[in-house]
Amino acid sequence: MKVHEYQAKELLAAYGAPVPKHVVCKTADEVGAAFDQLSNGGGAVVKAQVHAGGRGAGQLMGYADKLGGVKFVPTKEKAKTVAEAMLKHSLKTKQTGPEGQKISTLIVQADAEPAKEFYVGMVLDRSVGLPMVMASAEGGMDIEEVAAKHPEKILKVHVAPETGLLPFQAQKLAFDLGFSNEQIGSVVKILMALSKVYFEKDASIVEVNPLAVTKKGDVVVLDAKIDFDDNATFRHKDVQALRDMGEENPTEIRAAKASLNYIQLDGNIGCLVNGAGLAMATMDIVNHHGGSPANFLDVGGGVTAENAVEAFRIILSDDKVKAIFVNVFGGIASCARIAEALVKAGREVGFKIPVVVRLEGNEVEKAREILNSVKDELPAIRVAKGLTEAAKLVVELAK
Amino acid sequence: MSILVDKNTRVITQGITGSEGSKHTNLSLEYGSNFVGGVTPKKGGMMWKATSGKELPVFNTVAEAVAKTGADASMLFVPPGLAADAIMEAADAGIKLIVAITEGIPVLDMAKAKRFLQTKPDCRLIGPNCPGIITPGQCKIGIMPGYIHKPTEPGKTGIGIISRSGTLTYEAVFQLSSMGYSQSTCVGIGGDPIIGTNQIDLLKMFEEDPGTEAILMIGEIGGDAEERAAAYVAQHVKKPVAAFIAGKTAPPGRRMGHAGAIASTSAGTAKEKVAALEKAGIAVAATPADLGDAVQRAIAAKKK
Repeated sequence: MKVHEYQAKELLAAYGAPVPKHVVCKTADEVGAAFDQLSNGGGAVVKAQVHAGGRGAGQLMGYADKLGGVKFVPTKEKAKTVAEAMLKHSLKTKQTGPEGQKISTLIVQADAEPAKEFYVGMVLDRSVGLPMVMASAEGGMDIEEVAAKHPEKILKVHVAPETGLLPFQAQKLAFDLGFSNEQIGSVVKILMALSKVYFEKDASIVEVNPLAVTKKGDVVVLDAKIDFDDNATFRHKDVQALRDMGEENPTEIRAAKASLNYIQLDGNIGCLVNGAGLAMATMDIVNHHGGSPANFLDVGGGVTAENAVEAFRIILSDDKVKAIFVNVFGGIASCARIAEALVKAGREVGFKIPVVVRLEGNEVEKAREILNSVKDELPAIRVAKGLTEAAKLVVELAK
Repeated sequence: MSILVDKNTRVITQGITGSEGSKHTNLSLEYGSNFVGGVTPKKGGMMWKATSGKELPVFNTVAEAVAKTGADASMLFVPPGLAADAIMEAADAGIKLIVAITEGIPVLDMAKAKRFLQTKPDCRLIGPNCPGIITPGQCKIGIMPGYIHKPTEPGKTGIGIISRSGTLTYEAVFQLSSMGYSQSTCVGIGGDPIIGTNQIDLLKMFEEDPGTEAILMIGEIGGDAEERAAAYVAQHVKKPVAAFIAGKTAPPGRRMGHAGAIASTSAGTAKEKVAALEKAGIAVAATPADLGDAVQRAIAAKKK
């Protein structure tokens, strides 16, 4: 689960990290008032709150001038104009996808005048199954790019889950990053807050990027990002309260309610598959034969008539979809039951576009008989024998 | 021959009285696995009745189950919030092989469990979030459909399978069995970011197992386990190895169903993994329809 920058910073501040003051705003007038409160004669920064990185380098869609999601404003008037533009136009960044993201919340913060920027973050090191703190003097950049091009510029420290980051580890990192004696205390505070949030709130990523040294020499959290482990939000009511449904795809929310694992993509072949690995592989084989998948959809281990009907409704709610590929391996569940579910779905939903069905496994012959018996009633259903044959057919029919 | 489990493996189910635990204990018993009991706290003393009429004793703790039944393996269906603790309980009680089927365990719970398991060198965890392990014809511990597998006859060899996915493994097994290839042992290692047994652990075991002729490794986006496995194969594995990576078309930054299946624009991508596997001389299947053929190609290439 993702949260906004302001929520991440407020959480880090609650754990003792030095975070510059900000005001959360929903309107241009609120931004104007916040400017008066925070600018202190030196201007302020307006930042769009969306669940996507690359905001500064992004662009407001349909806005005439060059303007992304982060802007320094010298005056109150400019603050209000910028805020109006941001609230009116969707923001497109390298992480939002082509449709961009609507902006409904802004923050205003005093200009911190950063002189030098660092990166500190805490993530899981999957290779050893332990969390680690990563730190780099190359702040403000995409840490994965730094990791790929200059791995030597990243310091890494593994953290034992039973103790959390130890103060001496934080202190050593701060010294190794080259901070002065006066700054060490603030850097340690930030690192300890990082670790506390990570462990106490079951985060999966906590990043401060950049951790900035201001012209005055203060060390502050200038931007922060926190993702939480979806498997653990059940035990954190306060974390659940931070969820912003407005940032999520409504179709994906609807699918989640029906226990379907659905991710919308931009192709035209709808996919309905059981199992996450097979669902990914199904998208891949569609692509391999020249087609383009419209979605990832894992209906789970046992396909029921109810979730099949809802799955078809969800796939068909995307009007780009020109054909549907049902790929189910009946393991414990019988293919015959899956075929019955398909027939029920066809009758309830009405198939106006081709539905290519490939079933394999338990009771597959009986399933083919069931589908064959409704050939005239549901002509949209096309039964394919092999996986390759099915993929080629659905790609052809979607053209 | 096989790895990790065979007809002598004595299995208990942790969470045997729950609906999934009960269902899959039944199916595994029908397959012929040697289940000797179950554990559900506060239900100790009762008898669990299989659909076949067979009865198994239920215990309050794993320690008691091990003491009374001599169990050496456990199939775990405990709910996600309690599962990591149940894994540690099993390890502490002396279970040698824990097969954790549960999906949705908090990552930090697993980080703690993994640390605990490091203090128990005789114990191995498979999973979590996996279909389990099967040595066809001998022992099935998990939720995979038994009938698709083809047992390896005594004195013959079969294919060993290592997989991060469930249904995709069934797809592979089905293709192999249809082509006449038996399997030695199939292991679902799980789709989570922290798992007990990884590809390299199993590559080593399959390489040493005289009953395994070739190895099929099914991976997906996320992490760098396949890259590390590829490097291991290049150095240490002489048997034929085939592989498949799911998720070539997965959008960056999105979790594709499995908690561990997430790639960024630059790390954990299918492209990088396929390149690493091919560089190691592994036969990589182009599509999920090509899994069996890829194994055939890997075997043919070694015979040249």
